[in-house]
Amino acid sequence: MALNTDKNSYTIIFSVLMVLVVGALLAFLAQVLKPTISENQRIEIQQNILYAMGVNNNSEGSVEFVDANNAGEKFSEYIKKQLIIQDGEVSEDDDAYLIDLKKEQTMAKDPSYAQRLPLFVGEKDGETFYIAPVRGKGLWDAIWGYVAMDKDMVVQGVFFDHKGETPGLGANIKERFFMDDFEGEQLFNDAGNFVGIDVAKGNADPKNMNKDDNEVDAIAGATITGDGVSQMLKKDLKLYVPYFKNLKN
Amino acid sequence: MGLLSKKDSKLILDPLADNNPITIQVLGICSALAITAQLKASIVMALSVIFVLGMGNVVISLMRNIIPSKIRIIVQLVVVAALVIIVDQVLKAFAYSLSKQLSVFIGLIITNCIIMGRFEAFALGNGPWRSFLDGIGNALGYGVILIIVGFFRELLGSGTLLGFKVLGDPIEKTGLYSIGYENNGFMLLSPMALIVVGIIIWVQRSRNKALIEEN
Repeated sequence: MALNTDKNSYTIIFSVLMVLVVGALLAFLAQVLKPTISENQRIEIQQNILYAMGVNNNSEGSVEFVDANNAGEKFSEYIKKQLIIQDGEVSEDDDAYLIDLKKEQTMAKDPSYAQRLPLFVGEKDGETFYIAPVRGKGLWDAIWGYVAMDKDMVVQGVFFDHKGETPGLGANIKERFFMDDFEGEQLFNDAGNFVGIDVAKGNADPKNMNKDDNEVDAIAGATITGDGVSQMLKKDLKLYVPYFKNLKN
Repeated sequence: MGLLSKKDSKLILDPLADNNPITIQVLGICSALAITAQLKASIVMALSVIFVLGMGNVVISLMRNIIPSKIRIIVQLVVVAALVIIVDQVLKAFAYSLSKQLSVFIGLIITNCIIMGRFEAFALGNGPWRSFLDGIGNALGYGVILIIVGFFRELLGSGTLLGFKVLGDPIEKTGLYSIGYENNGFMLLSPMALIVVGIIIWVQRSRNKALIEEN
């Protein structure tokens, strides 16, 4: 077969055909697997929310979620109420955990739109947890998480995740040594103003013995991801302050 | 080896030992360091590379007479990228937590120099069956080292294998821990993977004098 593979026209036709074939193949595969993948992602959200309120299979040092097979069961067992707060109005919605925070935050850029704020009320061992989702920017891409608080907005547990932070540096925000530091931290300062929790470098309290300083120790080499976490907590949790104020009265 | 001719079986067996891609050619080191903290991740990575390299070698070999030589590297990249996306999507659908754990490293199979190296050096010049064997052989050679490293790092670093506490419980102080044994957390960090690979290379060379170059 005398196929002249060096001709320019042949090269162009070959590359066009190759792109079409490969593109069609991958698009088809993505379509077929899409339902399974989004189901996995839905279960992951439930696992994340449960993790923040301390329902997990953690062993020493590692992050273990509740088993994916009964995540739905556990979710309905521990999460008593799912609320949506919009413009001060509170309503119940059993699909509140599916609200896409990214979309809400984009729409909220329009000042006439009141952002929908999901809040999950969980109960474990007689204690009530209020779990709020947060979302912000890391160094490379999105970071997000869930923060479990008690009725005074003292942090009881957190879960953070990220899309593409540097492995070994920024990606460590989802490791136990970082997340566990948040337990018991205050979001308000001594004067009673909302200040959030600062991921602080040069922290005078690296072992995190002082829970009232509104600070946790930063990860070395992950300054921008850490700043992103501080920003995200400050910005997103502040929106919930009026609700908690109401709760007290 | 009744199934394969002597020449063919050499394609599979050579990369397992005397021409191992990691310990002899020192290729594909970054992924070997990055994902071997746990045995499970090592096994999945090994299987993924076996799939990608075996399939990729066959595809490239089938196309070897029609690939325009001017853009052959790009064609190879497209084939690897497509296969890697397939692996990634399938893992996301059927082994979600594992795919989260492997995160960027699945995508990084694309940059694994073993794969492009075999395409360029072997598949472009040989038939599909021989290319398939060569791909499987090299991927197995890579996988074996990954699994050995993963085995030692998980055992000594976390005291577990595939998540099972084989040495006893470090918190309850049972098994080995009751006599004062401690996990070596350093094993979980990447530098130890390099040292383990180094020890494997040393053992292999000390047993096979033919591998030692004469200067």
